[in-house]
Amino acid sequence: MKTTSKIYTALIMIFLFAPIAVLLIFSFNESKSLSVFSGFSLHWYSELFHDYATLNALKNTVLLAVCASVIATVTGTAAAVGITKMRNKYLKVTLNTVTNIPMINPDIITGISLMLMFVFVGRLFGAATSLNFGTMLISHITFCLPYVILQVLPKLQQMDKALPEAAMDLGCTPFKAFYKVIIPEILPGIVTGMIMAFTLSLDDFVISYFTSGNGFQTLPIRIYNMTKKTVTPKMYALATLIFFVILMLLLISNLADSEGDKTIKEARKRKKMRKATEAAN
Amino acid sequence: MKSNNSISKRNDLVRKLALAPYSVWAVLFIVVPLLFVAYYAFTDNDFNFTFDNVARFFTATTSVFDKQGMPKEVHTYLVIFMRSLRLAAISTLICLLLGYPLAYIISRAGAKTQKVIITLIMIPMWMNFLIRTYAWMTILQDSGIINRILGHLGISPIHIIGTEAAVIIGMVYDYFPYMVLPIYSIMAKMDNKLIEAARDLGCNSAGVLRRVIWPLSLPGVISGITMVLIPSISTFYISQKLGYGKFYLIGDAIEGQYAANNLHFAAAIAFILMVILLAAMVLMQRYADKKTCA
Amino acid sequence: MKKIISLAAAILLSAILFSGCGSDNVTCLNVYNWGEYISDGSEGSFDTIREFENWYFENYGQKIKVNYDTFASNEDMYNKLSNGAVSYDVIIPSDYMIDRMRNEGMLLPLNYENIPNYQNIDDSFRGLYYDPENLYSIPYTYGVVGIIYNANKVDEADAKGWDLMWNEKYKGDILQFNNPRDAFATAQYKLGLDVNDLDHEKWELALTEMKKQFPLVKSFVMDEVFNMMEAGEASVAAYYAGDYFTMADNQADSVDLRFYYPERTNYFIDAMCIPSCCQNKELAEIFINYMLSPEAAIANAEYISYASPNSAVYNDPSYAEDMGEEAMEILYPGIENFNELYNTYSFRNLGPETLIYLVNLWEQLKIS
Repeated sequence: MKTTSKIYTALIMIFLFAPIAVLLIFSFNESKSLSVFSGFSLHWYSELFHDYATLNALKNTVLLAVCASVIATVTGTAAAVGITKMRNKYLKVTLNTVTNIPMINPDIITGISLMLMFVFVGRLFGAATSLNFGTMLISHITFCLPYVILQVLPKLQQMDKALPEAAMDLGCTPFKAFYKVIIPEILPGIVTGMIMAFTLSLDDFVISYFTSGNGFQTLPIRIYNMTKKTVTPKMYALATLIFFVILMLLLISNLADSEGDKTIKEARKRKKMRKATEAAN
Repeated sequence: MKSNNSISKRNDLVRKLALAPYSVWAVLFIVVPLLFVAYYAFTDNDFNFTFDNVARFFTATTSVFDKQGMPKEVHTYLVIFMRSLRLAAISTLICLLLGYPLAYIISRAGAKTQKVIITLIMIPMWMNFLIRTYAWMTILQDSGIINRILGHLGISPIHIIGTEAAVIIGMVYDYFPYMVLPIYSIMAKMDNKLIEAARDLGCNSAGVLRRVIWPLSLPGVISGITMVLIPSISTFYISQKLGYGKFYLIGDAIEGQYAANNLHFAAAIAFILMVILLAAMVLMQRYADKKTCA
Repeated sequence: MKKIISLAAAILLSAILFSGCGSDNVTCLNVYNWGEYISDGSEGSFDTIREFENWYFENYGQKIKVNYDTFASNEDMYNKLSNGAVSYDVIIPSDYMIDRMRNEGMLLPLNYENIPNYQNIDDSFRGLYYDPENLYSIPYTYGVVGIIYNANKVDEADAKGWDLMWNEKYKGDILQFNNPRDAFATAQYKLGLDVNDLDHEKWELALTEMKKQFPLVKSFVMDEVFNMMEAGEASVAAYYAGDYFTMADNQADSVDLRFYYPERTNYFIDAMCIPSCCQNKELAEIFINYMLSPEAAIANAEYISYASPNSAVYNDPSYAEDMGEEAMEILYPGIENFNELYNTYSFRNLGPETLIYLVNLWEQLKIS
């Protein structure tokens, strides 16, 4: 990279990480204030570990994000496979348009529309509660799906169409061909889609706000509801911890990646050697 | 021939099986909810058909004082909508101006650097959105970090928080990754040889950008614009916190009507917003298709 | 891929099992309260929910689980409950919302045999307008809106009545409530209007007054008021009396917060009720009774720092000592005529039509 590029990238990074630095610093604040730093203390961290309601909300948030992203990834990948094989042009365009809707619809509309429907259906069946973990999960899966599909579709289109057919010609069942041939080819798209879905679900506030119900409140909802009393540095401590956990996960995955790269390279080397020896013979 | 036939039959089955769950899902949870929005938008509290809610969006007026202090009538919701649109458009433009060069820089860097920077851009999104916004309050407020730094440098303090600028900063910050990622993913696939060829043919840097890079990256730009414009037009948390509640946006209006249990009018605002945005997206897509084809 | 799918299935299954109540002989109690509105064990305080679960197990020999959820506003809670979106056993709304829910048949009459601790509630807090026959509600906290100001910025001479919040001298230093009802009430009290008037012309007067104030207002706030007042970002704010102590405790060195009551101001009561969707009424009543017990009530009063209608709280010497003399004076200003003041100045339910009208006024204010 050129120096100007480096400086530019660095400036953007400063912009992106300034708030993170702020919450990191203020999580060690002695006092309750989020704007006046009075002294260093680990007080808020110990508070956090005793606050089971917040920890429970965190557990709910992660649980929801994991469930939503996994289900969205499975359904979305299958859908992408189906879409690429579709021959009816008209249907294909319709389905693609519908897929795009949750992406180009503001989340407040997605939230309200789902809430209206759940409430209406709940009333229709006389259910005691129409909003619960299930409805929230459905909502999260719904807005995650298009991101998965859009990540997987291009990978499928790039893939050599002869590959799965060849596998089936050689006696693979369609499902086996799918696992053994298609999945490995499009895996990068699936992984990116899943990460995106997970991130979006984790960060969502608006849709959760409209669709959250009994006994299942996520972290953003809990924070938003703190209208009577102030948000304390405890929440900053939580964010800081999340930050370091993610950083560690990323470091580990990066290390694992480069290990993987090495093994692949070695395997290729061996293959070449073998070929060379075969040729020599 | 026979085996070919059975393969295509099996293929058909696979396709149907793969598509079925999603199709059902899309109908139940994407299409039907939107019908509910329309249904609520065009009915009153007793679910009788009415145009009132939608009409009210366009006709409700407020008297305000203009810059000369003279009273004048304005259309309440149109003013709110135009304000949201303006702030969102400015934020999107800034995201594009900042994000486009960054996406280019990343896409030309080494594979490892690319991965690292993209991850770095994503990381802030894992911190909670509400908490990030709170942190911006700490930075921007009058006795906040920026003004304390300026104070140490002997520069007079600037007032940012509670202004439109603060709302825009909040929007740019929160939605910046949505601009960079799609542009980057298009640019990363772009062939370096094309650029070199253009250079060899006598294009200067500006020419290469205008004639080669920009047209090729247009699909990414379009999806980046969409992904920033949409959430920033409809946000209500950022305007409440960083705008100090003084900039009432269309998202605030929907949320306010919802809080007053006026679901039908909330649905009407949502419905109109949705129609306008969908129309805008279709137009933009048309424009992009034309450009890339030409 | 298979692994991922089976993992997802396992997670889903466990999620459903965990969220399911009564699945393994554990009775659930669903409580819906304001955020941060109960002593929750933070900073070494009394952990009300856990203690109740333990207390119940010791006394009744049965395990229970309290699902404790929070809401951001009365309206938020009302919407979710009235749409049948959620179902709770105990809720803690404010007075005017209790009035509305009572009128709409959304509350169940309480069985006072299960709530003997009701005797701790002072007579001043019985028979109030929102529940004239004491059938549906048991007061939890009460409070009065006052004005908090930074004495280092504001002249003592100006610190009188609601005029301080309209004082041009403090332009850009004033904080106003960020919800329509509370915000408009400040103007109505200033003008001597009735906050419960249904007459649109009277509301227009309040709107004109609010529009005058709009350019002076630095920010419309709810919980942000704490940080902004503590840091000296703003100098004048109207907020609940009990919150003043929290702010004063955390104020920066350059800030000196003071407090006073304007002549006419808002009195509110938040009370515990049982909504008609309640699944386990007896358990809900036992919970309410527990909340009235001296131990829990004192802990909650100290945690929330709002005034308590519970005589076991305000007559307790150690509570008075913990709160301090100034706090006791501000929180409990003459309980003798509370009833009269309360009935004059508290919010009543306005009815859906006026509420929607109020939101429109709010929109008009926000775009002026």
